[in-house]
Amino acid sequence: MLRIIDNLKNLYRYRVLIHSLVVRELKARYRGTILGFLWSFFNPLLLMIVYTIVFGFIIKPRDPSIGSSPWHYALFLFSGVLPWTWFSSSSLESANVLMIHGNLIKKILFPAEVLPVVVVTSNFIHFIFGLPILLLFVLIFGKSLTIYLLFLPLVMLVQYVFTLGFGLLISALTVHFRDIKDILANVLTFWFFATPIVYPMTFETIAKSKALRLFLNFNPMTHIMQGYQYSVFYGRLLPWKRLSVTLIVAIILFFIGYYIFDRLRDSFPEEV
Amino acid sequence: MYAIEVENVTRIYQKYSARHRFQTFKSALLKGDLFRALKPDELVTALDGVSFKVRKGETFGIIGENGSGKSTLLKIIAGITKPTSGSVKTDGKISALIELGAGFHPEISGRENIFINGIMLGLSRKEIQEKFDEIVRFAELEDFIDAPVKTYSSGMYMRLGFSIAINVNPDILLVDEVLAVGDAAFVPKCLDRIDDFRRRKKTILFVSHDLATVKKICDRVAWLKAGRVMTIGDPSRVVDAYLQDVVERQEREFERRQEELRKQEELRRSIELRRREELKLKEEKRREAELRGETFEASETGFPEARGQEAEPAKEAEARGEERRQQRWGKREIEIIRVTLRNLQGQAKHVFSPEEGLIIEMDVHAYSRIEDFVFGIGIFNSQGIYVYGTNTHLEDYTPISIEGEGKVICRIEKLNLINGTYYLDVATHKRDGYPYDYHRNLYTFLVTSTHRDEGITRLPHTWETTPNIKLKPPERKLISG
Repeated sequence: MLRIIDNLKNLYRYRVLIHSLVVRELKARYRGTILGFLWSFFNPLLLMIVYTIVFGFIIKPRDPSIGSSPWHYALFLFSGVLPWTWFSSSSLESANVLMIHGNLIKKILFPAEVLPVVVVTSNFIHFIFGLPILLLFVLIFGKSLTIYLLFLPLVMLVQYVFTLGFGLLISALTVHFRDIKDILANVLTFWFFATPIVYPMTFETIAKSKALRLFLNFNPMTHIMQGYQYSVFYGRLLPWKRLSVTLIVAIILFFIGYYIFDRLRDSFPEEV
Repeated sequence: MYAIEVENVTRIYQKYSARHRFQTFKSALLKGDLFRALKPDELVTALDGVSFKVRKGETFGIIGENGSGKSTLLKIIAGITKPTSGSVKTDGKISALIELGAGFHPEISGRENIFINGIMLGLSRKEIQEKFDEIVRFAELEDFIDAPVKTYSSGMYMRLGFSIAINVNPDILLVDEVLAVGDAAFVPKCLDRIDDFRRRKKTILFVSHDLATVKKICDRVAWLKAGRVMTIGDPSRVVDAYLQDVVERQEREFERRQEELRKQEELRRSIELRRREELKLKEEKRREAELRGETFEASETGFPEARGQEAEPAKEAEARGEERRQQRWGKREIEIIRVTLRNLQGQAKHVFSPEEGLIIEMDVHAYSRIEDFVFGIGIFNSQGIYVYGTNTHLEDYTPISIEGEGKVICRIEKLNLINGTYYLDVATHKRDGYPYDYHRNLYTFLVTSTHRDEGITRLPHTWETTPNIKLKPPERKLISG
């Protein structure tokens, strides 16, 4: 435990390195494209349009809590999909990141834990870029932004810690068990649907089934996603008790992830 | 006092097989004993009880063959990997020139890469800013610094990597064979920089295959073999011991190869003999058939002949491939039965230094009394250039007679060849050139030394200047030469 705290202090010392690597990651991502940084806005915008067409006008699932407007369901969906994308691409990239940057780990003295941190952080920045699009559509579609929006940073913090813990765990394990990469892609699909993103918790079938509710409540991502939905879409106070418990869970996951990462660290230079 | 202290360091590499991995995964999932389950099934010892100390300001060389553990040792000292047991203590900031430009991102510019790489190597943004111009100038990349690194040539890539690493201004510099890829202009510049470090009394750990450089710049040298330290000490002595070992190994390797060639030759001969016998048998059959007045050609040959023709070109082509370089011809009225290469002390060997002499010893056998004969030798280098050739006729020896077995010895007092592999022709023929037994490229020998001169032969020479020209002779005498 003491060692972990020591290492965490080191992690803080690496902030300049993390900062420049995140900047590099963001620069490199759109290098050579004509629109460049604008893609960070266009991608979520285009996604939003697709969701609006498909779920607003074609499929039309309705739930009393969302309202009857075809635009509103798309908005609800988007307020969950946007942060979920942050989580899922961070996880998938973490699974690969130690192998991709194997040269750094093998050839120079490099703190390996910086790599998952960079992955989660640069995806976080992308998420931040997408956020104005979401908020813009909230206004366009006739909803109003409320004071509860101020809770958003808290939700992001919980998600950041949770995603980083998961990323550390996945990145360390994938070095030894490459199959995780493929398993993970499927797990994430399952996880996506096991989280109230396409449906609200108040959906008829869920409201009726106690087992289903229990199952969903055990999923930490449920509470994180609800945090976004409450703050942005519903404009209500988020269920802060549940989110606090989720924060504790996230911190525990972070320490477990960091512990395993630390234990396996010495094997990285040979195995990546 | 000491910059680097390596205490009894052992490094064991672990290999995991695919099946093992799967079982590990399973048991890790089922029992939750991840760390215990992650036990390897094969161990490779890269370093075995290595100890040495490097004083501050010392230039310490490490030599050894590929796979002897040099790079592992360097990585352990740099802190990139951990020793399995033992300890390493270092005093001062370390910069490792292990893989230059390891952290470059191809998509972004050289400028941005300098900053990120510098930060990775432990510099602050401000320090990099200060050294930026110097880094770019040393790498000679003024015109390309804003182009993405992926557009760089490998030389530019290496120059930039070296330039950053050297400008970290470490107390301890670890250099691992990185200069091997530099171009002719850049390598001396790098060596200058390393020299500069030496003058400023910084500690350098220098791993290289370039023994002449090791001898020149190192204060002490350690020789690693199969993960163990063989000797540590004076560069000349250690390098010589190492070279001796390399020569012995090459000698064994040569013997093995010669043995293989001999076996191939035997096989070829036995095949040849069998083929001749078969031909003879067939001929007899044909004659028998003709005697009996049967139409052998029509009924029988269609099949066996065709098969024979099909098989033979293939076999011949195969043999020709082998024989393009190695040939033997002549009716062998006089046969060269065996050729042995020896040094002047009479020791049979295949690896020589340029200063050594060479004795070519031919065991010959004349099956009848012959009065017209010449013995000759020819030496070719690996590019096929005819380096030297002579024979008894050219040197006005007059043949009287030869009969039965005997030895012919050609004694070369000093080889004076540059480093490389050489092929030897030996022959015996009539004065008019009619060959008795001609061996082309059947024998090879190797010349090795720490000399770096070029050309075909090493002409005996010395350098002298008038006193107004200041030319410093090499600090340490090169190997026995």
